[in-house]
Amino acid sequence: MTSLVIADHDNNELKDTTHKTVTAAQAIGGDIVILVAGSGCAAVGEAAAKINGVSKVLVADAPYLEKHLAEPMADLIVGLAGDYDNILIPATTTGKNVLPRAAALLDVSQISDIVAVEGADTFVRPIYAGNAMQTVQSSDAKKLITVRTTAFAAAEEGGSASVETIDAPADSGLSGFVSEDLSDSDRPELTAAKVVISGGRGMQSGENFAMLEKIADKLGAAVGASRAAVDAGFVPNDYQVGQTGKVVAPELYIAVGISGAIQHLAGMKDSKVIVAINKDEEAPIFQVADYGLVADLFTAVPELEEELTKAGL
Amino acid sequence: MKLLVPVKRVIDYNVKVRVKADQSGVDLANVKMSMNPFDEISVEEAVRLKEAGSAEEIIAVSIGPQQAQETIRTALAMGADRGILVKTDETVEPLAVAKILKGIVAEESPDLVILGKQAIDDDCNQTGQMLAALLGWPQGTFASKVELADGKVNVTREVDGGLQTVALNVPAIITTDLRLNEPRYASLPNIMKAKKKPIDEKTPDDYGVDIAPRLSVLKVTEPPTREAGVKVASVAELVDKLKNEAGVI
Repeated sequence: MTSLVIADHDNNELKDTTHKTVTAAQAIGGDIVILVAGSGCAAVGEAAAKINGVSKVLVADAPYLEKHLAEPMADLIVGLAGDYDNILIPATTTGKNVLPRAAALLDVSQISDIVAVEGADTFVRPIYAGNAMQTVQSSDAKKLITVRTTAFAAAEEGGSASVETIDAPADSGLSGFVSEDLSDSDRPELTAAKVVISGGRGMQSGENFAMLEKIADKLGAAVGASRAAVDAGFVPNDYQVGQTGKVVAPELYIAVGISGAIQHLAGMKDSKVIVAINKDEEAPIFQVADYGLVADLFTAVPELEEELTKAGL
Repeated sequence: MKLLVPVKRVIDYNVKVRVKADQSGVDLANVKMSMNPFDEISVEEAVRLKEAGSAEEIIAVSIGPQQAQETIRTALAMGADRGILVKTDETVEPLAVAKILKGIVAEESPDLVILGKQAIDDDCNQTGQMLAALLGWPQGTFASKVELADGKVNVTREVDGGLQTVALNVPAIITTDLRLNEPRYASLPNIMKAKKKPIDEKTPDDYGVDIAPRLSVLKVTEPPTREAGVKVASVAELVDKLKNEAGVI
């Protein structure tokens, strides 16, 4: 049995969501091959070859693969699919965009967002925004799977797989990249950060998020937000943690002025340690918090900054 | 331009989901059902395109039990012109939904199909992409902005790092994300008018689609629960606990 893992990268750097997806593939068993598709991405191929347990890395390099648009990516995957029993991709916005297109072309019913592998054809996935867990068994000969990477540990590095360059099918020309507007930040990405500090409607304005940014800089944290804060226009949508935003599972999650709607909890309840700061002691967020502080955030957050300084951070 | 908008009847997003004791699924008996919230955004976007003069007709389609007709009526009350109900009491996986929709597209020849990015029951996030694949059309998923221009449609997409804009040849598939628009409430006169709009009834067989599931659900369970922890009295105590008890800073 052989699994193909599709690498998550930006043509320069390999993301550790790839390592986590390799772990999911290892749980299924058999050989693992990584596909690095992009433009000018040779260095990413070399990085992928270092992941333990990988037998081979395929690099498909073409200008039209640079932005990982669904149409050429799916054509590439379908062309390779004959050699593989399983095809896995991290459940990023790219993975969610690309893989179902390939699945339909292969006449396979995709298994989305798996959080556990129970057997070679049996997987656990959250449904109803994580309010229930579904165990499904696939009867398709091939399995196409998107992986919720927060549920898997990253595979270690130390291997030296062979790297092979492959040709990608010609671009269909159905779609084209126009532009992108990506957040430019020195802080870690939300889904990869070890510490996340998020603000909710209680922050009252976008300017007040500066308080959280100061804490984030001390802790090397990413800054997130609840949907309420995004809907209120305090911060852009890519800050959103929750059912309709990003799913995070950091070592430490600090929720500031967040009531704890089900929709938000769905995105952060797998964090290792949860801290809640909220002035309403009845707020549902306290039911999932390891440490709760009932306090006005406008006094507590500056105080937290001072205490962290005192603690040498 | 003709628009096709598939809508799904799902458990209302405000309802607390309860897992059945026999682990066969979630309890849907006597539970309020509504249109999938992302599909409401799709209907709204279609209606806005029509109001702007860019589209002439909007067809709402739902695949599901007889009651899915109510979901189509909601779309008609928001401004869709007619409906198609593909009736089945079985669970239909996204791949089979996409195959049925392909059959409808072949009959109706829409220029755009606008779908919600995912249904809030099975959270699959597949149908739009699969339909695009089966039709050989381009796809603009997780849209936060849709602009028609010179035989193309520009779709701004919500991606992990921010926003990405792609240009798609028409016909195309669009799937909607939350920030695309705020769906309207249907007015009473429009709800009355919607009752007179036609709804065709079909079955999956009419499109020659085998809807037998490929995935069998072995069980549905409660997610692991988290215990509430302790309340701390001060920020100083919090920092001390994070440092010395939890060891996370």
